[in-house]
Amino acid sequence: MNLDFEKNAPEIEEKIAELTKQKATDPNAKVDDQIVGLKKELDKVLKEAYAHLTPWQTVQVARHPNRPLLRDYIAGMCGEFIELHGDRCFGDDKGIIGGFATIADSHVMIIGHQKGKNLEDNVKSNFGMATPEGYRKALRLMKLAEKFKIPIITFIDTPGAYPGADAEARGQAEAIARNLTEMSQLEVPVIVVVTGEGGSGGALGIGVGDVILMLSNSVYSVISPEGCASILWRDGSKAPEAAEALKITANSLFKLGIVDEIIPEPIGGAHRDYDGTLQAVKQALLKHLNILRRVSERKLVDRRFEKYCRIGRFKHR
Amino acid sequence: MGWFRKKEKPQEVVTEKKDLWTICPSCKAHVYKDEWDKNFSVCPQCNFHDKINWKERMDILLDPGTFREINDNVSTADPLEFKDSKGSYAEKAEATKVKTGMKEAVITGRGKIHGIRVVMAVMDFRFLGGSLASGTGEKILLASEYALRHKYPYIVVSASGGARMHEGIISLMQMAKTCAGVARLKKMGIPYISILTDPTTGGVSASFATMGDINIAEPKALIGFAGRRVIEETIKQKLPDDFQTAEYVLDHGFIDQIVNRKEMKNFLYKVLRYWKAK
Ligand SMILES: [Zn+2]
Repeated sequence: MNLDFEKNAPEIEEKIAELTKQKATDPNAKVDDQIVGLKKELDKVLKEAYAHLTPWQTVQVARHPNRPLLRDYIAGMCGEFIELHGDRCFGDDKGIIGGFATIADSHVMIIGHQKGKNLEDNVKSNFGMATPEGYRKALRLMKLAEKFKIPIITFIDTPGAYPGADAEARGQAEAIARNLTEMSQLEVPVIVVVTGEGGSGGALGIGVGDVILMLSNSVYSVISPEGCASILWRDGSKAPEAAEALKITANSLFKLGIVDEIIPEPIGGAHRDYDGTLQAVKQALLKHLNILRRVSERKLVDRRFEKYCRIGRFKHR
Repeated sequence: MGWFRKKEKPQEVVTEKKDLWTICPSCKAHVYKDEWDKNFSVCPQCNFHDKINWKERMDILLDPGTFREINDNVSTADPLEFKDSKGSYAEKAEATKVKTGMKEAVITGRGKIHGIRVVMAVMDFRFLGGSLASGTGEKILLASEYALRHKYPYIVVSASGGARMHEGIISLMQMAKTCAGVARLKKMGIPYISILTDPTTGGVSASFATMGDINIAEPKALIGFAGRRVIEETIKQKLPDDFQTAEYVLDHGFIDQIVNRKEMKNFLYKVLRYWKAK
């Protein structure tokens, strides 16, 4: 993927990689100073590039194919992961995965969208677009977490719910609606992290929670900028304008009061630094798990209801 | 009646005749406007149930003179200061308010169905396609809370293309907000009946509209999540004509019955009698 706003960062990175390789084959090569200098330059270029991303540029970062995916987070963050499959009705969606997991000393249920790293995986997971089976599996696991009295963490990264004829036949709308309804009453903490693309109802279908966190370069929107542009501008190429108007970046959503906390990504975006990203997400999760653990079951549900009641801006007259 | 409209008709209808006739949007039959109106905007030819406004809906479903509006002061704002190529959302919303006499895409209130007290929320497609946004979500939630407090059954009539893009993520969140209200009704044992009319799609079908204890649809109503064109592009196949119709979703198990507009009130009454019946 070409992110032209990154300027000459890819070339600098290439040079650094070259010199590092040279150093590996020849330990006496005098390249250390050069590498340090290049790294400084790279930091500067990336910092500048990422300081003022437009919403449309942010969309490109949020969709970056090298961005960490749920299985990367699980591998890097969790001591253990016991995957649980199937919706007990029809099948096992690969677009939403989930299971028991440990993060530090916490036992939790992790559920989230799973895009693919390559075409083969993407075909299996519909590019992270979940089917009704995915939403029903998610709900089954949430109910299990409630029974076991462990917190739920959901990871959001999807272009949207799968728009297929079979998905319609098996009740995509009903599956999402049921999750929204049931999640509002779950008697365990629910933490939602938007890590990449928050695509409309497909995202919200596992996105009702007590705390909504967002990675700094992720986006969350009622409709894709392309979709909005083709309807309201009657021109899909006006997606950058639509992205701006829709207010879909973490900063905008924080200001609107939809997102509770922004998790800053390392310099140059999550796709450049998995470790840094995973650690930042892990620390944020542990902090909120700690806070929510102290809230009683009833209070959790009441507060969640009030949280969603407050969302909306209208006039009284 | 049938023979009469089956006759060949000129494609162009002269102006003065237009006032007399209604052309069925579904089968294109020409029907006397008088007859069309008396038939509650249902085509006598093909039984297509055309869109009706909130007032017509309340008149059909509620006992005369029993409707009392609640939360009538909730009015559309412009939280994102949204502008597209055609202008600002604020202006568009104001123009819609003037045109429809409504302040949002749903009207809520209480009334009686053959003497049974109910709370009603009726969406009106004329107001920005019945789209779900801040004001709509607020009113639908407040009405469900009203039903909860008074222990009256809650009936929502949907007619909506989905979430309103002009309020961005705030519109999306109304799906969660309205469903949170539905969840509380379920918990407290208050009946919630959803009536899906043409069209009920997108964010409305994926929230409160499919969550009724009983889901009822009007004949031939368009009901579905994703748009037909998007699906056809995704699966690279033409979809059958009956795809995403009321008949299709009934067949796939997501609604309880398809009920004709004329029989809807009696159907609601008959069902509600079972609530708390000994
Ligand atoms: Zn007709």
